[in-house]
Amino acid sequence: MIRTAQTPERLELFQGTLDLLILRTLRWGPMHGHGIAKFIEQSSRETFRIDHGSLYPALQRLQQEGWIVSEWGTSSNNRRAKFYKITAAGRKQLTAEQSRWARFTAAIGHILQPSKPAREEQ
Amino acid sequence: MSLRRFLARLWSVRRREKAQRELDEEIRLHLDLEEADQRESGMSPGEARDASRRTFGNVTLAREASREAWVFRKVEELGQDLRYAARLLRLNPGFALAAILSLSLGIGANTAIFQLLDAVRLRSLPVKNPQELAHIFIPDQKGSGSYVTRYPELTNAIWQAIRENQQGFSAVFAWGPTTFNLALGGEARYAQALWVSGEFFDVLGVEPIAGRVFTSSDDHAGCGASGVVISHSFWQREFGGTLDALGKTITLEGHPFAVIGITPAGFYGVEMGRTFDVAVPLCAEQVLRGEYSQYDNPQGWWLTAMGRLKPGWTVTRASAQLRAVSAVVFKEALPAAYKTEEAKSFLSNRLEAIPASRGISELRKNYESPLWLLLGLAGMVLLIACANLANLLLARASAREKEFGVRLAVGATRGRLVKQLLVECLLLSGVGAACGIFLARELGQFLVSFLSTQQDPAFVDLGGNWHLLAFTTVLAVLTCILFGLAPALRATSVSPGVVLKANGRGMTPDRQRFGLRRALVVSQVALSLVLLVGALLFARSLRNLLVLDPGFRDTGILITNVDFTRLNIPVERRVEFTRNLMDHLRAIPGLESVSDAEIIPISGNAENRGVLVGGQTDTALGLSLVNRVGPGFFRMMGTPLLEGREFDDHDASGAVLVAIVNQAFAEKFFGGADPVSKTFRLGAGKGKPQPLYQITGMVANTKYVDLREQFQPIAYLPLAQRETPDLGDQIMIRSGGPLVGLVSEVKSAVNEVNPIIQIDFQVFHTVIQDSLLRERLMATLSGFFGALAAILAIVGLYGVVSYMVARRRNEIGIRMALGAMPGDILRLVLREGMWLTIVGIAIGLFCAGGLTRLIAKFLFGVTPLDEVTFGGATLLLLGVAALACYFPARRAMRVETPAALRYE
Repeated sequence: MIRTAQTPERLELFQGTLDLLILRTLRWGPMHGHGIAKFIEQSSRETFRIDHGSLYPALQRLQQEGWIVSEWGTSSNNRRAKFYKITAAGRKQLTAEQSRWARFTAAIGHILQPSKPAREEQ
Repeated sequence: MSLRRFLARLWSVRRREKAQRELDEEIRLHLDLEEADQRESGMSPGEARDASRRTFGNVTLAREASREAWVFRKVEELGQDLRYAARLLRLNPGFALAAILSLSLGIGANTAIFQLLDAVRLRSLPVKNPQELAHIFIPDQKGSGSYVTRYPELTNAIWQAIRENQQGFSAVFAWGPTTFNLALGGEARYAQALWVSGEFFDVLGVEPIAGRVFTSSDDHAGCGASGVVISHSFWQREFGGTLDALGKTITLEGHPFAVIGITPAGFYGVEMGRTFDVAVPLCAEQVLRGEYSQYDNPQGWWLTAMGRLKPGWTVTRASAQLRAVSAVVFKEALPAAYKTEEAKSFLSNRLEAIPASRGISELRKNYESPLWLLLGLAGMVLLIACANLANLLLARASAREKEFGVRLAVGATRGRLVKQLLVECLLLSGVGAACGIFLARELGQFLVSFLSTQQDPAFVDLGGNWHLLAFTTVLAVLTCILFGLAPALRATSVSPGVVLKANGRGMTPDRQRFGLRRALVVSQVALSLVLLVGALLFARSLRNLLVLDPGFRDTGILITNVDFTRLNIPVERRVEFTRNLMDHLRAIPGLESVSDAEIIPISGNAENRGVLVGGQTDTALGLSLVNRVGPGFFRMMGTPLLEGREFDDHDASGAVLVAIVNQAFAEKFFGGADPVSKTFRLGAGKGKPQPLYQITGMVANTKYVDLREQFQPIAYLPLAQRETPDLGDQIMIRSGGPLVGLVSEVKSAVNEVNPIIQIDFQVFHTVIQDSLLRERLMATLSGFFGALAAILAIVGLYGVVSYMVARRRNEIGIRMALGAMPGDILRLVLREGMWLTIVGIAIGLFCAGGLTRLIAKFLFGVTPLDEVTFGGATLLLLGVAALACYFPARRAMRVETPAALRYE
């Protein structure tokens, strides 16, 4: 299947949300770096474009915070690969971040598209 | 960054290598997997690889960003910068050497002087709680009598009265510095000594390392030759540090004293700049000084007092209390011999207390201001050195423009580059400072030995402490900022595009940068001029002092102090004994003349008395200095006899009392008339006789105490006609030959008379030189600094003019091609260089004019605004500057036209 040309309007990822996305991805199960990158791209319906390379600094950071751990395993093509797994602390962090994100987007949403004024409902 | 991350980082630093390798492997796999994906979607292998790399993004960036997880970037960067800086220095050894040398000289000089200042001014006494100590003294002291120690602030009577009447101190003590002869005969060997009252060691909290120290019970009238406490250094020197020193006896002035205790190393008493060898109780003074004892003399001033404040008392409060009881104290201590006028002025004395955490110090009093001044001078030299370095760095920065351009282009921030350049400077100044500290050690010792004389050995503990390290560190950082920051900022303000396109000749704002360099050179020249002016002023002061006519010839005289106390010669036979001794000395072949005197000129001792002329009863006319001399004194000294005759052997006790006066005396008391055959009396204490003296001669004026004084009236009386002849004498021998050989001959001559006589030698010329110590110090050091400054400034000027010539090669080539003569080129270059010099000199003259008034009190015979000095310094600097400009100018003249034009 020949790939179509890159769809326009692929949004740049907001800084800091990368951590959130990685944690969410790993919630589904352990993955190696390439797998995480592909997952994010596919699940976001190709909206998010990230340089795959920018994952690695983020992964190191998350490891240091103790939210993920890594382990050497074998990849699909029988090569040695480092698999990352979310920890209990990571899961807690994820929940906290998710609710924060939800509140954040809701607030923005209110400002951009205010709900119908009460008057009109009469 | 959270604490957890910080700790995790700290931990993973150890496994840097492994982490790096694992990451590389990870990334490799990622790229391969992505490539595989791309190929699945139908691309060719080559395209797939490219696509995979594109998707990944900047690999290097990812690697470096990830690295941050396991390194401390700041620390790593610092390490990188340091290694890079070290390599640059290795590749430019000439520059590195010049820079480090000038920095270490500058920082070393500053540190050495600061070291001395710190020890003398800033450090506390090494005793218990020095901040609780206060010094008790009489400001504006009034009272005549004998002043026999370095700090003749109190008499014993006053001290006793203070001890009884003070309230603000939990305890007080008195002490006085002196020297004792340790030898039993022959040449004297002196120990630095302290009279101490019983409470001395207790109040200071000094615990002996062996034996015991004095207590109050040790100090009572009539104690005789009891015990002596020795210092650690004396113990090492005399006893080799053996423990059986306790109980052994040492002789002080011929009296045996048992060693009862040893003080710890590091304790030197309460006088900064001195140390002591032995300490005896105050009461031992009666035995040790015998006839000359001041213990019971209410007019003998030899003590000074300190005390430890009671808890809750401040110095001000204690001082107020002392002032309140002053009337009582001085009434108790009033000498009976004082007549009404003198008694009234004595009773008007008031006591005061001041903080004494840093002890008292003559060294500090005499040398603190000069030392601060020298520190200022050294600071200026350091500034000039920094300006030189800044110039050098600016020049090098021009050469490194391409390097900076490239680095900026690949993504370095300007801040990062500046940081790296600053680290280079920091390395330079760090190494310079380290070398400077070693230099400072040596310089400091040299300074201390410079300040020591045979009579007054200085002892300053230059041991390093944190003050020193802090000072040097601050200095290193400051110099780095001074000479590094501006060049760093300038160098990195390049636009990469411009620089990378350049054809080899910097196109960057040269004009700007050159302007800064020119400003630096001008300031260097200005500072050098100030220093040169200062140096010349000090040199001239010293010269004035050295060449002034003191009224006598001071070279070739050996002073022999003889002491025959232990011979116990009765009073009536002493004169004869002395005469016999003098005859023995006169028998030594090769001598020009021999005489003796009670007070050696310029030795710091003095005696003055009131003079009564023509039947007066009170000394309204004033005072005269008095000295007692032997026959032939003036011939020996080389002082011209203007009228009358010298003393001779007929002027003995029993004969008419005679005197010889100097010109100033005749002017003051006889209106300038010929004083020979006139008479006068000398004022004396209450009830003491006032004999009549007949003047038999007049001599030229001479200096008495100090070379710097104005000529004072002096009355000379014959030694032989003294009421109570001394148990010793100060014999002055003028010899045609070298004085070294004379010493042994004198020793054997004296030995012949009696081997128990104690002898001590001094060279008169040295005594006089020692009195000029401060001027010599200032002249030497400021001269050194001035020369150094001038050299540095000239080197800076040379550098700038050379640079200018190199820059303008094309222009010069064009000029010559168009017909300019070599002479024109020479003039062109010289004009530029000299213009800088002249502006610098003008600024320097202006600053010097303002600053020299600060040193007015150190000058002798020159005013702070002396035109000759200013003119001389200007001419000197102009001359040397012209030379510095000449060589580059000559090079400019030799520029070959075709080559220069081709360069374009």
